Amino acid sequence: MEALNAIVALSNFVLVPAIAYGSQLALGALGVTLIYGILRFSNFAHGDTMAFGTMVAILFTWWLQSMGVSLGPLPTALLALPAAIAVTALLLLGTDRLVYRFYRAQKAVPVIMVIASFGVMLVLNGVVRLIIGPGDQRFADGERFIITALDFRRMTGLDEGLAIKTTQGLTLVTAVIVVAALFWFLNRTRTGKSMRAFSDNEDLALLSGINPERVVAITWIIVAGLAVIAGVLYGLDKSFKPFTYFQLLLPVFASAIVGGLGNPLGAIVGGYIIAFSEVGLTYAWKKVLGYLMPESLAPDGLVQLLSTDYKFAVSFVILVLVLLFRPTGLFRGKAV
Amino acid sequence: MTTRGYLLFALIPVMIIGVGTLQSWNLALAILNMGLISAIMALGVNMQWGYAGLFNIGVMGFLALGGLAAVIVSMPPVGGAWAAGGLRVLLGLAFGAATIAGAVALYKRMAPGRKRALVLAVFVVIGFFVYRAIFDPAVQAIEGYNPATSGYLGGLGLPILFAWPVGALFAAGAAWLIAKTALGLRSDYLAIATLGISEIIIAMLKNEDWLSRGVKNVVGLPRPVPYEVDLQKSPGFVDFVTGYGMDPAEGSSIAVKLAYAALFLVVLAILIWLSEKALNSPWGRMMRAIRDNETAAEAMGKDVKRRHLQVFVLGSAVIGLAGAMMTTLDGQLTPASYQPLRFTFLIWVMVIVGGSGNNWGAVLGGFFIWFFWVEVEPMGRWAMDLLTSGLAEDSALRAHLLDSAAHMRLLTMGLILLLVLRFSPRGLIPER
Amino acid sequence: MSFLIGENMTGGYGAADILHECTVAVEKGEIAVIVGPNGAGKSTAMKAIFGMLKLRRGAVRIDGEDITRLSPQARVPKGMAFVPQTNNVFTSLSVEENLEMGAYLRRDDISGTMEQVYELFPILREKRRQAAGELSGGQRQQVAVGRALMTQPKVLMLDEPTAGVSPIVMDELFDRIIEVARSGISILMVEQNARQALEIADKGYVLVQGANRYTDTGQALLADPDVRKSFLGG
Repeated sequence: MEALNAIVALSNFVLVPAIAYGSQLALGALGVTLIYGILRFSNFAHGDTMAFGTMVAILFTWWLQSMGVSLGPLPTALLALPAAIAVTALLLLGTDRLVYRFYRAQKAVPVIMVIASFGVMLVLNGVVRLIIGPGDQRFADGERFIITALDFRRMTGLDEGLAIKTTQGLTLVTAVIVVAALFWFLNRTRTGKSMRAFSDNEDLALLSGINPERVVAITWIIVAGLAVIAGVLYGLDKSFKPFTYFQLLLPVFASAIVGGLGNPLGAIVGGYIIAFSEVGLTYAWKKVLGYLMPESLAPDGLVQLLSTDYKFAVSFVILVLVLLFRPTGLFRGKAV
Repeated sequence: MTTRGYLLFALIPVMIIGVGTLQSWNLALAILNMGLISAIMALGVNMQWGYAGLFNIGVMGFLALGGLAAVIVSMPPVGGAWAAGGLRVLLGLAFGAATIAGAVALYKRMAPGRKRALVLAVFVVIGFFVYRAIFDPAVQAIEGYNPATSGYLGGLGLPILFAWPVGALFAAGAAWLIAKTALGLRSDYLAIATLGISEIIIAMLKNEDWLSRGVKNVVGLPRPVPYEVDLQKSPGFVDFVTGYGMDPAEGSSIAVKLAYAALFLVVLAILIWLSEKALNSPWGRMMRAIRDNETAAEAMGKDVKRRHLQVFVLGSAVIGLAGAMMTTLDGQLTPASYQPLRFTFLIWVMVIVGGSGNNWGAVLGGFFIWFFWVEVEPMGRWAMDLLTSGLAEDSALRAHLLDSAAHMRLLTMGLILLLVLRFSPRGLIPER
Repeated sequence: MSFLIGENMTGGYGAADILHECTVAVEKGEIAVIVGPNGAGKSTAMKAIFGMLKLRRGAVRIDGEDITRLSPQARVPKGMAFVPQTNNVFTSLSVEENLEMGAYLRRDDISGTMEQVYELFPILREKRRQAAGELSGGQRQQVAVGRALMTQPKVLMLDEPTAGVSPIVMDELFDRIIEVARSGISILMVEQNARQALEIADKGYVLVQGANRYTDTGQALLADPDVRKSFLGG
């Protein structure tokens, strides 16, 4: 019984939140890694792309809500996703046209593209704050929980409750569908294969008649989809605040690098590694240990390894360790 | 410098005087002071990026370390807090450092393999818990001492000017640690690593209340210049300013700002003299040779890694110095005010716009961008006013647009960066 | 008139010209080989014909059509295929995917061509699910040639196809190249192993310092004492 309680408490406070957060990071990291693989630079504007896309989704959600449209138990924001992705895709294609394409044609060194992405980041940041303001926005509606802690206790008779938020379940389901679709696209379709070919060997791709501009455009569209979905899921699960999205850059990049930049599978694994470490190290283990250890040994402190404010430190330390001991990432990215 | 350079520099007094006559002299001097500090920040980033091509986007962290130095040097020590747990905190920190040193030594001594990993893990975990056991109670004791007014250890009670070199030292120390681990990596990785470090430094300042009072802020730092109220009490000063037809309150605040400006100008002058010397010395030429072709320089027997380490530490020290100066000017340390967009990316805009690789360019960029950063808001508000003048007085859209004028800043800075990068990639004053 | 010809080509990468009035041509279904000492501009001539180098003077024509101004990608639909010397496979893609990418521009059924490639290089059929980066050097070259054949080219251009492979693999590869030529595809290749290459060549070009020195049939060049002495080591 004690052990069961410990497992439930662990699931409630660590496993479930970390799986949801990890899925969100994985989707974000996939966007970063695709851009790196195809356009060969680290896109620092990615956090703000997520913010922009989420903002568009929020605006559409509000509009739908004002029209009385709802999805019942599911958040209305899901209905806003396609429109938000379309708008964000147009934005990304526009920035590519106005900013990045020039440097691509020049064959500029990647670092110039990175600096250009700083500029795009600042502009997007300004646009988002101009339109929706810097404050917190909540836009989740529908059923809040799949199962509440109270129901769970009643059902199982355990002392500990397990609450699963709708947004957490939704995150996992969506992430699985999106990742499956992405891998199907990359491995099974002609266009997807041409993207992998382009990422692998640009010159040979040109010799095979693959059109680089088409590959780049499709990449941006996919990245728009990934960024908006990641951003909306994160916003539903927590809340939307432009600055938080900027700060997501660090764990998102850490996920992509830990997995190996340019490697989609690595990005997913990296996302979960970062999320589990972050949640695990900042969780107060007192409760779980209390169930597992005999009374006399039960810890009196919180057994929290790090204060939650240091969660950045976790992604950072993992990042540094990986860079030191395996610079190409766990899955051999294309880092040069 | 070219004629174009002199002309651009001549614009600075024009802009300052313009603000002085059109808006207020207080604002004009405030812009000048922060412009001088921005110029120093840009000089530091220019050393790393312009001389050596090192990609540091952790500027904010080094600035904050300089700010911390200002607190630690100048604030009076809090005796009660020291008695409550000062030594124990130091002991805890020493133990933590020893654990890390021990782990590194173990890693180097033992043969690679599963056994080493296991021993290392056990060692680090035990070390961590012992460290927390020593450290945590001391922190609680210190933070419990008069939390409303102190709750931290305080500083050394020395004149705040000492904090400037100390700030540089703090930043240099952190930079050395980062450089040792991350400099060999490719540029994007160094960028991410520095970004991460700077976030951690800010998190530390916000959370380690015993050290920096955290989000409770440290206010009332001592000043290197007189206080306005004291000037207003001095009859000689009052006579002097009223002689120029100014009221004593305004006169005193201008005098204080001028005094700061003089101090900052001296520091900037020394730094730029040193930077120019360094850049045009054999050392500077070698640095740029390494930047332009690392492989060739390495083949010629240059110790690239060592040079990079040097310039990274030097540049960070300059940034730390600027951070200490900024906190001195503010008179307070407010960890929550450190935002990466403002304190990292804005500095980058300064360097790119000014002309990377050119010290004068960095200084100019520092001034110009800071000027626009301050002035874009009133300009934006004015533009929005004009834009929305057709809308009803109580229109929600109008209110929203007017409210958002403040966010025009980031947008404008991003646009400036993109435009300069595209159409004048060598900046206002290009590298020679 | 030759099927593919680069005529009086003059040009280089920077200010200095590498090629000087260089002419290289190949007939339908024949094998033309470019040989010469190191730095003679052999690969450069090849790249110039494929449009990877800007020509100051001269012209490139395929089947009578002037393609001098076309980009390399635009030459692929004209029936040209190029196998670079290095980095000539997609290492992270499977063998089969490499072949599919070769046929990227084709909208028709490619299974027939793929079958032909597998018949030409049976080992590739065996390894078709394996990543090309995991194959041996000789197998990689086969993938590279196979990828180029997938476009159903009229001319196959090979830049030192035998660089870094063992002599046995080299003979094998040359046999396959003869087979490809017999199917009606013109072959233009640069070779370091001049003697073996000239043996299978219908036409040989000896370049020196970016200019034609000797041009004749492969057999005639092999028999020419001057050529033997200067370029074939006696």
